[in-house]
Amino acid sequence: MTSDDHHSHDHTEPPDSLTLKVKALESLLVEKGLVSEETLDALIETYEHKVGPRNGSHVVAKAWTDPEFKAWLLKDATGAIASLGFTGRQGEHMQVVENTDTVHNLVVCTLCSCYPWPVLGLPPVWYKSAPYRARAVRDPRGVLAEFGTQLDGDVRIEVWDSTAEMRYLVLPQRPMGTEGWPEEKLADLVTRNSMIGVEKISLPGDDPSGDREVL
Amino acid sequence: MRGSHDLGGLEGLGPISPEAESCEPVFHADWEKRIFALTLAAGFLGQWNLDESRHARERQSPDDYLRHSYYENWWVGLKTLLLEKGLVSEEEFDSREPRFQASSLELSALQAEDIAGIILKGSSVEMQAEKAPGFRVGDQVKVRQDITTGHTRIPTYVRGRVGIIERHHGAHVFADRNALGRREAEHLYSIRFLSREIWREEPEENADFGVRVDLWEPHLEEVGGVARK
Repeated sequence: MTSDDHHSHDHTEPPDSLTLKVKALESLLVEKGLVSEETLDALIETYEHKVGPRNGSHVVAKAWTDPEFKAWLLKDATGAIASLGFTGRQGEHMQVVENTDTVHNLVVCTLCSCYPWPVLGLPPVWYKSAPYRARAVRDPRGVLAEFGTQLDGDVRIEVWDSTAEMRYLVLPQRPMGTEGWPEEKLADLVTRNSMIGVEKISLPGDDPSGDREVL
Repeated sequence: MRGSHDLGGLEGLGPISPEAESCEPVFHADWEKRIFALTLAAGFLGQWNLDESRHARERQSPDDYLRHSYYENWWVGLKTLLLEKGLVSEEEFDSREPRFQASSLELSALQAEDIAGIILKGSSVEMQAEKAPGFRVGDQVKVRQDITTGHTRIPTYVRGRVGIIERHHGAHVFADRNALGRREAEHLYSIRFLSREIWREEPEENADFGVRVDLWEPHLEEVGGVARK
């Protein structure tokens, strides 16, 4: 870029064709009275800032600290999650699956992009990508390795393919060394990826490869 | 139908290459935000349901489906539905000039103040079924191979495979018929398959895993000798 370019105020990259096509469609639908600008803005605001994985972190932290809530969550996830105020589209029928010392759960939607919006927000790009959708049910250990996740040899993987309107949330294992932590501090540890099942939760500073033997 | 959306087990697609969670934005471009919101808002006009919407994206040429980015497929799906349902004409798409109003179709746009009540409340797909469930938890079932046309939620990788029913979710709106605009209840089950049954490979030591798939009763048949109750 030359210094001249740098100072030309009106210089912008030509918008790509999708930008133009979507803009044209939006104008047309607004002019026809089929959608309203305010509604579109409010929908974007909702899913960009109000609904996201922070909600799921609260569910997990509460399950770690409140055995009664955890029992309810594993039996009737929809009801237990709704009691915390997290309800809505793509979360009407919830099931929570628990990771243990011997079972590790992984969630996918091989047919599209089904994902529990009220607790995790909109799915990340990789979750919707062809390679993830193809390999999660074929080579889950290889998928986990791509996220830097190693499981002990005796841990069995259980994959959940979201082919109907049931939506799945993984209850990750609570990391060692967090005894007595308040719920809020625990919620800060819970990552979105751990609630999809591609990661385990480690304490800040921990080597995520854990106690793997040095080869 | 088997389209490019039916990806379970497809090989050769390369690495997943995830973005780091800590710095990934919800949307990666303004047009993605707009097509997301347009699709949601247009959906609330009540002219199509979620399964028709999925099917509109899946009906593209397999080439296009895989080449497009995720939200580009949403653009294709929305355009297809608007045209097919007569909400926008070809002429309007080409000229970008409105020729008729929503009011002439007796439709009115979703209002911003209604979002909390509608989107954040959601809508259940659980229904009352007339029939009792045909299978019970613990039954062995085989996934049918003869459902080959239209929208279906059977992933190809479990067709003809045998699994065990682990949970009865109750009766839910049957997606395959919902995509044709028919809201009908069928019993929905969570079925667990073993990876060695799906992929027909001898697992390496400890490498066997389970896969749960949710399927409706019409997707399933009894395995020889197990009577349907």
